[in-house]
Amino acid sequence: MARIDLDLAHAYKADPKQDNDYALLPLKMTFDDGGAYALLGPSGCGKTTMLNIISGLVQPSRGTVSFDGRDVTALSPQARNIAQVFQFPVIYDTMTVAENLAFPLKNRGVPADRIKARVGKIAEMLEMSGQLNQRAAGLTADAKQKISLGRGLVREDVSAVLFDEPLTVIDPHLKWQLRRKLKQIHHELKLTLIYVTHDQVEALTFAEQIVVMSRGRAVQMGSADALFEKPQHMFVGNFIGSPGMNFLRGRYKGGVIEVAGQDLTLSLSVLSQQLQQAKEFTLGVRPEYVGLVGEGAAGALRATVAKVQDVGTYWLVSARTGETEVKVRLPAQAQPPAVGDRVWLQVLGSHTCFYGRDEQLINVKEMSA
Amino acid sequence: MQLMMQGISHRVGAATHLYPLNLRLQPGAVTVLLGATQAGKTSLMRLMAGLDKPTAGRVEVDGVDVTGLSVRHRNVSMVYQQFINYPSMTVFDNIASPLKLRGSLKAAAVKEQVLALANKLHIEMHLDKLPAQLSGGQQQRVALARALAKGAPLMLLDEPLVNLDYKLREELREELTQLFAQGDSTVVYATTEPAEALLLGGYTAVMDAGEILQYGPTAEVFHRPASLRVARAFSDPPMNLLPATGKGQRIELQPGLDLYLAASGTLTVGVRANALRVQTQAGDVAIKGQVELAEISGSDTFVHVHSPIGPLVAQLTGVHYFELGTAITLYLHASEAYVFDAQGLLLLAPERKGSR
Repeated sequence: MARIDLDLAHAYKADPKQDNDYALLPLKMTFDDGGAYALLGPSGCGKTTMLNIISGLVQPSRGTVSFDGRDVTALSPQARNIAQVFQFPVIYDTMTVAENLAFPLKNRGVPADRIKARVGKIAEMLEMSGQLNQRAAGLTADAKQKISLGRGLVREDVSAVLFDEPLTVIDPHLKWQLRRKLKQIHHELKLTLIYVTHDQVEALTFAEQIVVMSRGRAVQMGSADALFEKPQHMFVGNFIGSPGMNFLRGRYKGGVIEVAGQDLTLSLSVLSQQLQQAKEFTLGVRPEYVGLVGEGAAGALRATVAKVQDVGTYWLVSARTGETEVKVRLPAQAQPPAVGDRVWLQVLGSHTCFYGRDEQLINVKEMSA
Repeated sequence: MQLMMQGISHRVGAATHLYPLNLRLQPGAVTVLLGATQAGKTSLMRLMAGLDKPTAGRVEVDGVDVTGLSVRHRNVSMVYQQFINYPSMTVFDNIASPLKLRGSLKAAAVKEQVLALANKLHIEMHLDKLPAQLSGGQQQRVALARALAKGAPLMLLDEPLVNLDYKLREELREELTQLFAQGDSTVVYATTEPAEALLLGGYTAVMDAGEILQYGPTAEVFHRPASLRVARAFSDPPMNLLPATGKGQRIELQPGLDLYLAASGTLTVGVRANALRVQTQAGDVAIKGQVELAEISGSDTFVHVHSPIGPLVAQLTGVHYFELGTAITLYLHASEAYVFDAQGLLLLAPERKGSR
């Protein structure tokens, strides 16, 4: 197992000049030994390119990949000692489940008794102990993919195990059970796991740290909690959460801030200084954190209800303030307002974020420290 | 447009795709066909379009029998899962094609309508490109714009967003609901996702194994599922279903764990994931268990719990962490429980607040 450091950029064409020419923009990143990571983003964001660079399938056009401080940039996946699990099952149909699981160990000349013990352990973790002597050919797609996962996890000496959307073929009703298995296995085996997915539930559930990617850029690495509570970039605010964060344009106006054309008073003086410096900014607040409050309440905007949706497990209220629509999520037990009602939306609070012109979070703590 | 299907069934060889069913679509509104794959959604749509002929039964459009009439003689537009456009035509010509086919429109009027639709679907900057130069999401916008340009009184969409990334799906779904609301077409929209049906609103027909189980306003069907089959099909995460016994004035989940609701006999108690809480309120029953997994979506955390009354899933707002195997107590109020009888028919449903 290894700590993995990336300090690189990648372009598929020669001599990249602008941001668009890069599949991966210059980045520096560390994956700690024994950690569980997810690379998350829409198609074309660069997550698979990053995975392939870590595994050694792709050579970065610039920079280095290091495992435990050793430069492995020029090494093949075998030489890097990487195990990989792909979207679709990669197994030998003619072999039994046990033989399939043992294959990566046999290849490396592991003694027979060690192989037996390890295969038994992995099979038990994946709840496949009863099927060890069965031929792989007759199994369902789910079971075959479980064998693929097992083959990825069976070696103890790997630097890291990389997964590329491994639950694609799994029946939606069974997915959570495999997510649980993967989490348990990570707890027990303490392998470095890196997992590529476009599914936010998969990423946030599986990983301790999630790398959110957009257009070749890693915009934030953080825990599920950090991505939800303090998105470092507006892209993350929108991408994580459903619906995503509300964004309102604002500017500093001497003592007060103007948001969506209405004046609000800030209570935090540190923040006030920073917004004064930024002059123009974007206020971000999640639908879960917008409160419906009484007329004229501090930190609240006047708005008119445009739409009320009963989404079953909660109410989704859309209200217009000036040109902007703000979404509000109310519990199913709440009494929702009616379309056309004038309401006050609490947008300033401890969960509110502010973004500068570069769409990056204006981080209050850093400045006050 | 009034589409009525009466005693419709469809068999192909020995296989029955649709059992005899009746459906009168709500005119000018969206009807969601909700069901798992193989439930019969596409089969039903093909009959609505006239792409297939029903084995038995009658299809009427505005009171006129159109049962045998082929799709060529009906005014219907369709959008499929796969992005289907004319590959050799520009985006502009793709959207303009149904307008030009009508023949009566002047070039200036065609242009005006194409621009208006392209603006609504945010593809106005791509009008001169070929479909292959666009991303999947943009290609599906072109297909949607072309379907809208036709202005057909009946628009059929078969899981149109399923091949798109979830954020794009969210965006496009919201735009579509607005476009549907502005137009007066009768829209039929097939999906496998309960959450999508709820966000589209309108009316929902819940389908399962070739049958329509229930049809009505979407929120009403969700909150008052007529049967266990509907509750199973229209809940994500699945409704927690617990075997129970009615003892007259109380329902026993297990000895010592009672819900004070009036019912008798063999029952199934249904509890939506969001009705299970980790904070207690007055009158709650407490259910102890162990956490199997906390699935985090960002806006919600779905906690899978192993409990003595069976496996449970609780939905908590926001991000919450639980170690695997941690002890947890879930709280439930009797007023939030659904009760189904031995035949699986609804006996009691929670009262809905804020019904409009």
